[in-house]
Amino acid sequence: MARIWIDGREYEVDPRRNLLEVALEQGIDLPYFCWHPAMGSVGACRQCAVTQFRDENDTQGRVVMACMTPCADNSRFAVEHADAVEMREAVIELLMTNHPHDCPVCEEGGQCHLQDMTVMTGHNYRRYRYTKRTHRNQDLGPFIGHEMNRCIACYRCVRFYREYAGGTDLNVFGAHNHVYFGREADGTLESPFSGNLVEVCPTGVFTDKPYGESYTRKWDLQQAPSVCHHCAVGCNILPGERYGRIKRVENRYHGALNGYFLCDRGRYGYQYVNDEARPREATGRSAPGASEHALSADKAAQGLAAWIDAGRVIGIGSPRASLEANYALRELLGASNFYRGTREDAALDTLALSILAAGPARIASVRDIEQADAVLVLGEDLLQTSARIALAVRQSVRQRGFALADAAHVPRWQDHSVRLMAQTQNSPLYVLSAAPTGLDELARRCHRGRPEDLAQLAQAIVHQLDHAQPRAPGIDDDTLHLAHEIAEVLVAAERPLIIGGSSTGSAALLQAAANICIALHRRQRSPSIALLPAECNSYGSALLGGDDLDAALARIEAGEVDTLVVLENNLYRRLPAPRLDAALTRIQHLVVIDALATPLGAHAHLQLPAAAFAEADGTLVNFEGRAQRYFQVFVPQDAQRPASWRWLQRTAAVLGRDLGNTLDELTAACAASDPALAGIVAAAPGHDFRIAGQRIPRQPHRYSGRTAMNAARDIHEPQPPQDVDSPLAFSMEGARVGLPPAEIPIFWAPRWNSGQSLSKFQDEINGPLRGGDPGVRLIEPGQGGAYFDRPPRSEVRPLQTVWLYELFGSEELSARGAAIAERMPQPYVVLHPDTAAELGLADGDRHQWAAEGQQWEAQLRVDPGLPVGIAGIPRGMPGMPTLGVGAVIGVAGAGA
Amino acid sequence: MTARQSPPQRPLTARIRPEHEPFGLADYERHGGFQGLRAALKMGPQDVTGLVKSAGLRGRGGAGFPTGVKWGLVPMGPDAPKQKYIVANGDEMEPGTFKDRLLLEGDPLQFIEGMIIGGYAIGASIGYVFLRAEYVLAAERLKAAIAECHARKLLGRNILGSGFDFDLYLHTSAGRYICGEETALLNSLEGKRAVPRSKPPFPATAGLFGKPTVVNNIETLCNVPHIVHYGADWYAELSSGTTGSKDGGTKLYGASGKVKHPGCWELPMGTTVREIVDDHAGGMREGLKLRGFLPGGASTDFLTAEHLDVPMDYEHIAQAGSRMGTGLLIVLDDRTPLMAMLRNLETFFARESCGWCTPCRDGLPWTERILADFEAGRARASDIELLRQQTRLLGPGRTFCPHAPGAMEPLQSALKYFPDDFSAAVGRDGAGG
Repeated sequence: MARIWIDGREYEVDPRRNLLEVALEQGIDLPYFCWHPAMGSVGACRQCAVTQFRDENDTQGRVVMACMTPCADNSRFAVEHADAVEMREAVIELLMTNHPHDCPVCEEGGQCHLQDMTVMTGHNYRRYRYTKRTHRNQDLGPFIGHEMNRCIACYRCVRFYREYAGGTDLNVFGAHNHVYFGREADGTLESPFSGNLVEVCPTGVFTDKPYGESYTRKWDLQQAPSVCHHCAVGCNILPGERYGRIKRVENRYHGALNGYFLCDRGRYGYQYVNDEARPREATGRSAPGASEHALSADKAAQGLAAWIDAGRVIGIGSPRASLEANYALRELLGASNFYRGTREDAALDTLALSILAAGPARIASVRDIEQADAVLVLGEDLLQTSARIALAVRQSVRQRGFALADAAHVPRWQDHSVRLMAQTQNSPLYVLSAAPTGLDELARRCHRGRPEDLAQLAQAIVHQLDHAQPRAPGIDDDTLHLAHEIAEVLVAAERPLIIGGSSTGSAALLQAAANICIALHRRQRSPSIALLPAECNSYGSALLGGDDLDAALARIEAGEVDTLVVLENNLYRRLPAPRLDAALTRIQHLVVIDALATPLGAHAHLQLPAAAFAEADGTLVNFEGRAQRYFQVFVPQDAQRPASWRWLQRTAAVLGRDLGNTLDELTAACAASDPALAGIVAAAPGHDFRIAGQRIPRQPHRYSGRTAMNAARDIHEPQPPQDVDSPLAFSMEGARVGLPPAEIPIFWAPRWNSGQSLSKFQDEINGPLRGGDPGVRLIEPGQGGAYFDRPPRSEVRPLQTVWLYELFGSEELSARGAAIAERMPQPYVVLHPDTAAELGLADGDRHQWAAEGQQWEAQLRVDPGLPVGIAGIPRGMPGMPTLGVGAVIGVAGAGA
Repeated sequence: MTARQSPPQRPLTARIRPEHEPFGLADYERHGGFQGLRAALKMGPQDVTGLVKSAGLRGRGGAGFPTGVKWGLVPMGPDAPKQKYIVANGDEMEPGTFKDRLLLEGDPLQFIEGMIIGGYAIGASIGYVFLRAEYVLAAERLKAAIAECHARKLLGRNILGSGFDFDLYLHTSAGRYICGEETALLNSLEGKRAVPRSKPPFPATAGLFGKPTVVNNIETLCNVPHIVHYGADWYAELSSGTTGSKDGGTKLYGASGKVKHPGCWELPMGTTVREIVDDHAGGMREGLKLRGFLPGGASTDFLTAEHLDVPMDYEHIAQAGSRMGTGLLIVLDDRTPLMAMLRNLETFFARESCGWCTPCRDGLPWTERILADFEAGRARASDIELLRQQTRLLGPGRTFCPHAPGAMEPLQSALKYFPDDFSAAVGRDGAGG
């Protein structure tokens, strides 16, 4: 530790840190722009000026930049020294020479770091009397607005976009005070992390375009802590609502997960919540295709209760529904009548959980992934399935550069110096996948193959690590050399990491990931593992158990079922349409509980509209096995959309059964049902949690229009809705300090109106939220189980499919939003050029394709990165059929 | 090998014949060329560095850092990185400075010889010349000279049978003043934006492409063959024996402005300003008086007629309150409007800011515009204080690199020596206040 003095006060600090970080951690309001907690220091803006003294007798001192100054032992600094105060005010004055005074019409106003810093430095009188420079703005696509005149040239945008996230199409052009941050030409920003520019930019240059199109000031947004529902990473988010619409989603810092950044699917995927076509009230239908009639909530619950009471009823849960909702359905219908919402994925999720639980690998958090010094990706296209993980892997390869910097005594926060020393030297990353991935450019080597082939390579790695394990016969010499190389790298690494998942549909690959970890453990290494399931609550659903969809269909097809209750699940995405259509004709009553209008809902005899994620509370289990609670943001207007589990509670009550009346009661019952789920109660404080007798307000202390926003309909001030499920209140009154980390509805602190106020909620920059990062890990890995058997060999079948994924399109909920839809590709099929030539097909042609009794039209894409003979098809995309693992497709004719 | 010739008094320009093509290789060698290299290759690399150190050679680019010390910072020995670089900074864009151009156009082989010796001393197998884009003739002659050296195996593998390999590449700049700052130069050479780097790490440990690198000025390198050939004592004596200066060797001095014969001359280090202006530049033009001068390019502080007897070396110019800089004077006479000159200088500096740090990027354009008001006679009285504040806020330590502090030097010294010019320019059009 080092002893330093700031304004005469003594502090014990880590000498490896820079003064700015340390000052912020000590609660000192020191303004800054170009420094970013996740991106380090570059010394560009000159805003964080302080005075440094040689020793205790030096009264003059010299001005230094806190972000570039290490906290060496016996350093003496003054934030309040006149020279530093003058410098900080002057830097703002200089920035303001070109910054427009358009705060009243700027989306950033009220949450603007530049505003905060301006006030903080005391600059308030304009001496610059000349014209300001102006720029032309660009159309950057559906996500990001661009207003370059506001730019203060802190360089954070290009540093994030290019250096941190690997994007290439945003850059800085020009020089002196004409520097321009944008694209070479107008066009959509290509990076899947472009939305972070909104938060990275300290002012209103890069703004959230959908938010801007239906704008509300930060202080007028009602917010509640939430968890992203668009993949299994479980990034923490802060949705903001006004007038019954989600206006935007912002990052909610989680030290072990998303940190400071989200992917664009997570940031813009909320728009389906605002879809006018969502069901608003319960409806009944006498027969499929007949017109709907509205039902009261009571009538609807009574109708469902009657069908359940009549027996011969089964339920299908969902990996995108909360633990509580799945649990409620299972309890209501009985475990033997409860089926998991997936087919292939169910077995894979169970397998993955058993691998995680058996150990010996530690389960990697996103933060752990960033710090891994050798990474093997087995089959996953992370940028498309779990983009935030891909961003973390991108950081992991910097470990080599950090080691070089450490050796040269260059501090790790000295970002450009570390990158200079590293140049293109990355720590090892190996990507094994069916098709090229967005991480290939960072990989030491890539290998392509069907999942079956990748599993063989993985087996060769296992054999190399542990010669007692069988070889993978028949693989070629190049592949064998690669296996040797990977095995050597993993053994040599201090923090080796294996990343796998269920996206290929291959159990063999998951088992291979486990076997590599076991083999590394036997070599006295401590590997980490991350296994990514398909959906936001895949692991929660798997923990609850239940047979898979094939079993459910078998019962329906056997005529054993009169009533089918489907919870938040569009089965047409899970099952081939012909089989599902046939099964639906075999039942009397289809009950669909969902937030969305889906093709399945069109068949429903009873449709119960459910809350979307922002309209309900619940618990999800992410890829780490971390249970996380998300909270209701707002109560929908003019719609009866209770949480899906509340429909089930209400139905249970009609039947004289007790599923409780609140979330806490349901969560507690779910936790009590299985020791593996016992921890979920602690994911967040319960509804009776109070701070000095007060609830936590969802509305900021400056929330305006409370009494006026409904005046067009009713001049009386409405009674605020009561929340029986959480300690949060639909109110602007309540406790604002000392909040539990899982229940922070807004990041705000006196003098810090922007998201940069986050440092006030941390003890350490980049560390956990004060009080610990939210959520509870449910899985404690064991000492390691036995090896899985060697994967079976299989021959390539002509035009055997492998699943590909699209960040924008493969996930059901996000794909329904207008902004995401603009980024979605049209349906396609990918073939190797040789395969296409053999079939006489040309790149870009549209064809009719057929498989498993279904036919669809899609464009042919030719990609030499794909292995010969197989076909890549994007899974879950609108316009694409639902096919089984490894289905064989054929060309049925020319396209329209 | 040719016989040792009598040591020249003006080594840098001895072979330069104005209005003539430079010597080709054969003539160059006949006039003592490559004697330094031959001598160096017989010494250990560290001995070459030691020799340069003891000669007292200081960087001629402006900062005056001892060249031998700079070379000595490069890691040597078996544990040192295999790839190292030596880079010649020929991005001579300092207003009023044209000495490197003279050296490259007049005697490119001398420079190449210095470069090879420098590469040998630090163990660099690759050298780059980063040349100002407008120096078309210099580029042409340098290319021809490099080709000739390659043909004669003075560049490439196993130079003169020594086992030392050295390749030299010419890179012509895209034209930014900031590339004269060595780390911005390195970024530019790597194909990145010409933005300075933060130090540490210094180029000697992590420079071009992250490898140990020395960046030397063209003139600095031109001194090296002579030091190795004739020795450190001879070199120190060039100045100590004439002007008594502690800084060794000769220097290319020059003068621009309204002197009778603007030009560039090689003189012993420590020659007085008066001698340069009166004897070599022929004094002021008829009817004009010297009012002040920038001693070493646009980014140095004004000195005045009182300082004419100051010897032009690093120590004495610093004592007088300015910097030696490039050593090429810009002379201000009593008829040229100071405000116009300052505005012109700040226009240049504002335009050449790389845009990285705030004080420079946004402070220089503001300064320029205030000065434009002074030039036009519409400045306000409060603008004088505003300018003073800018000189403080754009000064050393406040900015990322020395660009803006350099830009403030003529302004701060003008405020100091010529305050009446500023007050006289306030509110002539009645807009003062």
